[in-house]
Amino acid sequence: MSSSGLRVVWVYPDLLSTYGDQGNVLVVERRARQRGLTVERVDVRSDQPVPTSGDIYLVGGGEDRPQRLAAERLRRDGGLTRAHENGAIIFSVCAGYQILGHEFINDLGQREPGLGLLDVISVRGGGERCVGDVLADVDETLALPQLTGFENHQGVTQLGPGVRPFARVRLGNGNGTGDGTEGAWSGTVFGTYMHGPVLARNPQIADLLLRLTLDVPALPAGDDRWYDALRAERVAAATQPA
Amino acid sequence: MAESAQPLSARARLAVTAGKAAAAVSRAAGRGSGSGIGGRGALKPDPDLLARLAGHLDVVLVSATNGKTTTTRLIAEALRAGGEVVSNALGANMPAGITSALSDGSDARYGVLEVDEKYLAGVARDVSPKAIALLNLSRDQLDRAAETRMLAERWREGLQGSKATVIANADDPLVVWAASSSPNVVWVAAGQEWKDDAWSCPSCGGGLDRPDDVTWRCAECGFGRRAPTGVLSGDKVLDPPGAPWQIRLQLPGRANRATAAIAAAVAATFGIPPQVALERMQAVAAVAGRYDVVGYQGRDIRLLLAKNPAGWLETFSLIDPPPTPVILSVNARGADGTDTSWLWDVDYTRLAGHPIAVIGDRRLDLAVRLEVAGVGFRVCDTLQEAVQQSPPGRIEAIANYTAFQDMRRTVGN
Ligand SMILES: [Zn+2]
Repeated sequence: MSSSGLRVVWVYPDLLSTYGDQGNVLVVERRARQRGLTVERVDVRSDQPVPTSGDIYLVGGGEDRPQRLAAERLRRDGGLTRAHENGAIIFSVCAGYQILGHEFINDLGQREPGLGLLDVISVRGGGERCVGDVLADVDETLALPQLTGFENHQGVTQLGPGVRPFARVRLGNGNGTGDGTEGAWSGTVFGTYMHGPVLARNPQIADLLLRLTLDVPALPAGDDRWYDALRAERVAAATQPA
Repeated sequence: MAESAQPLSARARLAVTAGKAAAAVSRAAGRGSGSGIGGRGALKPDPDLLARLAGHLDVVLVSATNGKTTTTRLIAEALRAGGEVVSNALGANMPAGITSALSDGSDARYGVLEVDEKYLAGVARDVSPKAIALLNLSRDQLDRAAETRMLAERWREGLQGSKATVIANADDPLVVWAASSSPNVVWVAAGQEWKDDAWSCPSCGGGLDRPDDVTWRCAECGFGRRAPTGVLSGDKVLDPPGAPWQIRLQLPGRANRATAAIAAAVAATFGIPPQVALERMQAVAAVAGRYDVVGYQGRDIRLLLAKNPAGWLETFSLIDPPPTPVILSVNARGADGTDTSWLWDVDYTRLAGHPIAVIGDRRLDLAVRLEVAGVGFRVCDTLQEAVQQSPPGRIEAIANYTAFQDMRRTVGN
């Protein structure tokens, strides 16, 4: 973290912000400020260079064509990869998650190279689109409470040996591979299919990103009354028969 | 079109009757106005019925993400200056509902039809409209609707070669992309506050340059705003060759003035002078409950519908300033879309200074959203509780689709 405070970089809001992805940025920003941190938020449009000196990078979801354009521009730009080499935290959702992998299927039906920051490969699922509430248990090494989110995608993401599943679903599809895995992570790079936005549904993940950045085991507790109430409601709604 | 009118065949008459019977059953069972069901009943026996029913009418189709129902209503009011109008005024805007509405219009001269965005191309093919009004396209119900760009693309393909005059909003890049495949377009600069679905070019994906509030142009392929023939400016429409047309609406807000500007341009294509059209629109005070001010628990409550980020943005710009109390209600039932992520695209910091109460099935989503926005709020279980807890003054109540219907029922609107 620089002396000017925490730099939170939102990657390509013009292309990758389809499902309220700004929410993840707002939650990180809010929770950092509540812990007394100074926050500099940097929104990087796709015609601008991605800064390499950020602390936390958030990459959101997008429609098929913008996803391809985002992948092209991120490859060409190289900033996100250099930021990763500098040790930055990267948290990605849906289309952004696929872009961080080795490759995905683009809007033209072709294999599009990603950034290779996560050892995953995404293809397009043949079945129904995965839409609905998800409940999952986060990888135990991360010591986080149950994951609640909303998925809306047709991707199927296969994990390679270089990553661990971010979570295992109890309800919903996650990676769509049928093995119950949801998302992937390795070191400081995270990917998930969860919308919601996921950090609003799971503020402990936002805190994890802050802890990793600050390199501290814990943060001062905040007032999580409304987050807790929302989580309890969504868990109950997902587990109760309609 | 009148000269090509054909009497309905016996089969078509039978189909209409069958549809009406189904609608009556639906109404009797208490399921809304029955226009959706009636239309489905009518469509089944005769797939060409829609075309047949529209055959003797001068048809106007209206589509958009936001403002369809209001625009349809304003155009209908304007065209009544020239003859009888049949319209799906209650917003049943899929082919079934449209068929049902048209089956009531045997004496009409004009058909003014709101069409769901997904069905526009198909309905335009079936009814050979004289005019098509396109207002805006933005993200809405992404868990079940098609992606916004794909809708623009479908409009574009569907309108290619259409004989209709397309009246299109020149300020919405997605609408311009969709309309510019038509040979005959009247561009109206009606404004578009929401820009987050059009930062990149609908044609090539390049970045759109927006050097000022009005202009936009693709840096890569040159696709850009068309020169409009009418420009909305404050409460006037500036019509270059003539005098400005004055808009005097009872309906509040910029978005409704935009709607009136488009509606006046539609009326002009049917030979109704814009001044006459706008005069007639002044009579409209509320549209299917929207903008109605109702008395409830001794308080005045203005009912406002906002279904998606663009709609909320326009609604925030028309409410009374602080300290006017605001009630927000959000559901996520089937008709709303079941994903509430879109709440995070709405800039709730705009409500700072208003006392806020949140209700609805998803009031806890709203609570977290407002907490993160740093705006104070109170969570209430019912509208009644929210009204009782609100400080004095007229209350602005903003709700999404089914939450709005719930609210109308509660206040007896
Ligand atoms: Zn372009």
